[in-house]
Amino acid sequence: MDNLSLLMDGFGSVLTPQNLLFACIGVLLGTFVGVLPGIGPAMAVALLLPVTYGLDPIGAFIMFAGIYYGGMYGGSTTSILLNTPGESASVMTALEGNLMARAGRASQALATAAIGSFIAGTIGTLLVVFFAPALASVAVEIGAPSYFALMVLAMIMVTSVLGGSPLRGFIALFLGLTIGLVGLDLNTGQPRLSFDQPLLADRIDVVVVAVGIFALGEALWVAAHLRRSPLHVIPVGRPWMDRTDLRRSWGPWLRGTAYGFPFGALPAGGAEIPTFLSYLTEKRIAKRKGVDEFGKGAIEGVAGPEAANNASAAGTFVPLLALGLPVTATSAVMLAALQGYGIEPGPGLMTDQPELVWALLASLLIGNALLLVLNLPLAPVWAKLLRIPRPQLYAGILFFAALGAYAANLQAFDLFLLVLLGLLGLAMRRFGLPVLPLVLGVILGPLMEFRLREAMAISGGEVSGLWSEPLAVVIYVVVAIAVVAPLVLRRVRPAPAAVAEELDIHTHDEEKVR
Amino acid sequence: MSKQVTIVVGWSPDRYGEAALARAVEEARLRSGRVVVVNATRGDALVDDRYADEEQLARLTAGLAESGLEVDVRRSMGADVGDQVLEVAGDVSADLVVIGLRRRTPVGKLLMGSVAQRILLGADCAVLAVKPPH
Repeated sequence: MDNLSLLMDGFGSVLTPQNLLFACIGVLLGTFVGVLPGIGPAMAVALLLPVTYGLDPIGAFIMFAGIYYGGMYGGSTTSILLNTPGESASVMTALEGNLMARAGRASQALATAAIGSFIAGTIGTLLVVFFAPALASVAVEIGAPSYFALMVLAMIMVTSVLGGSPLRGFIALFLGLTIGLVGLDLNTGQPRLSFDQPLLADRIDVVVVAVGIFALGEALWVAAHLRRSPLHVIPVGRPWMDRTDLRRSWGPWLRGTAYGFPFGALPAGGAEIPTFLSYLTEKRIAKRKGVDEFGKGAIEGVAGPEAANNASAAGTFVPLLALGLPVTATSAVMLAALQGYGIEPGPGLMTDQPELVWALLASLLIGNALLLVLNLPLAPVWAKLLRIPRPQLYAGILFFAALGAYAANLQAFDLFLLVLLGLLGLAMRRFGLPVLPLVLGVILGPLMEFRLREAMAISGGEVSGLWSEPLAVVIYVVVAIAVVAPLVLRRVRPAPAAVAEELDIHTHDEEKVR
Repeated sequence: MSKQVTIVVGWSPDRYGEAALARAVEEARLRSGRVVVVNATRGDALVDDRYADEEQLARLTAGLAESGLEVDVRRSMGADVGDQVLEVAGDVSADLVVIGLRRRTPVGKLLMGSVAQRILLGADCAVLAVKPPH
């Protein structure tokens, strides 16, 4: 297989002692940040992005892959031990995982989550290896109007389908698009929304936006709610599984992967739906087998959703690498990282920068494996992190946030922007606005504008040029369905969030909205 | 006879808290007084093992009920655990505050501060510091 040999080349460039060290550091850092509740993988990646600045691209990517998977894994640890899922994707893991931990099976829950993540991540990444190049070679043929339509689709999906409130989603999206507009118009050189500030004319760096909204916003939000009744962490030993656990886990792992990957790979984004579907499926299968432990801590209920979560995360690399389309906050930040290295995202990426792409994919596989090796024995140590008092913890996070914002351009002005964006992030949390559409708007906005301009130039300024391609028309139909379907579905079937509430789950999100 | 003797005890669900509580109960019996148990937290970390959960509280009240003393359990959250104990001591005009003392190195004290020191310096009444048996 051509792809496989390219992947092997990727391994060749990645597997040096130095790079492996970077991978280890990345995994540890990512887990460190990911374990802290309220900090999902997206924030971990945004926050730690500057750490990779000094490295050459390959070293940076391998560290990055480690941070990414580390952040994902860290989130599941907190969900299981404390029942405080940091993001919507781990809500389902928290359901049964916490029950298992309470029943004294925390080690098994952590083990099935970690091994499931590893298996799903590996299968998912291998599927990316096969699908992304194929999609990219098709995607090169896609014209500007269809591209524009695809971006509209990604935005609509993320905004209206995934979030709880479409209105809030769209407010966040348009805030993001507005921030993305700031700066010189790339075609005409006119300054937009820059208020005669030469520094603003330079565009607002995506890293500054991501760090401001994620890290500073979260830190301010935490500062505003500093004292809360402390919880008790469930004591955990070294994660391990016996034969029965293993036998009960492998089915859910594979089914979870099968649910997760397509949802990640289609520009439908998000792990909320596949984790929910996986949870329901496992519950139904368990009931049919007559060993229904759901509600009492069923290992299947941890293994399935956790695998779905990671497979979907791996799946998001397909649109990211093949089309330059990010569909989750994490992949949006990753796109920003690619751009930071002067790499143009899009269908050409695979052929223009083969070394980097394959190195990135190889690093994902390595990071995934390292995660398992390093973190399984370290779980008790990570649980200790939760005892750090918030002031000290967030002082550290703010330090990294400021460092990252400053390091992006070495401009003191960026720190001022960081504070402003941090306040915006605080306000968004206060009013329950989702953060993802904003970040997506900032990153996709300029790309979308570029395609729009191109499409208009081709059609000579005729608006009808936007639906001149059959593919574009098809996508707009999908967009229409995506807008209407949730309204219909919500009447027929309760949303995942509602089911979680029914099961009396106290999620971090709910806390955020309050 | 003047008012009943009130003994405030800084309690946490660990051996230091238990040692302090045992001594406070002893004192209260001796002087036929009442015991006010304070369980405080700064509430600024996600996990604080020294703040009792429901189960530990239930065990505490059950244990105290056996002693037959007049007991009051108070839980609070604030910037400084020592200040919270002192506040309760002031509220009930305590005659004695009992605290459990942990071993702490000078560096550890510098980093973490000392609840015991805060109470010793700030209390208006006598303070009895107890160490758990080895």
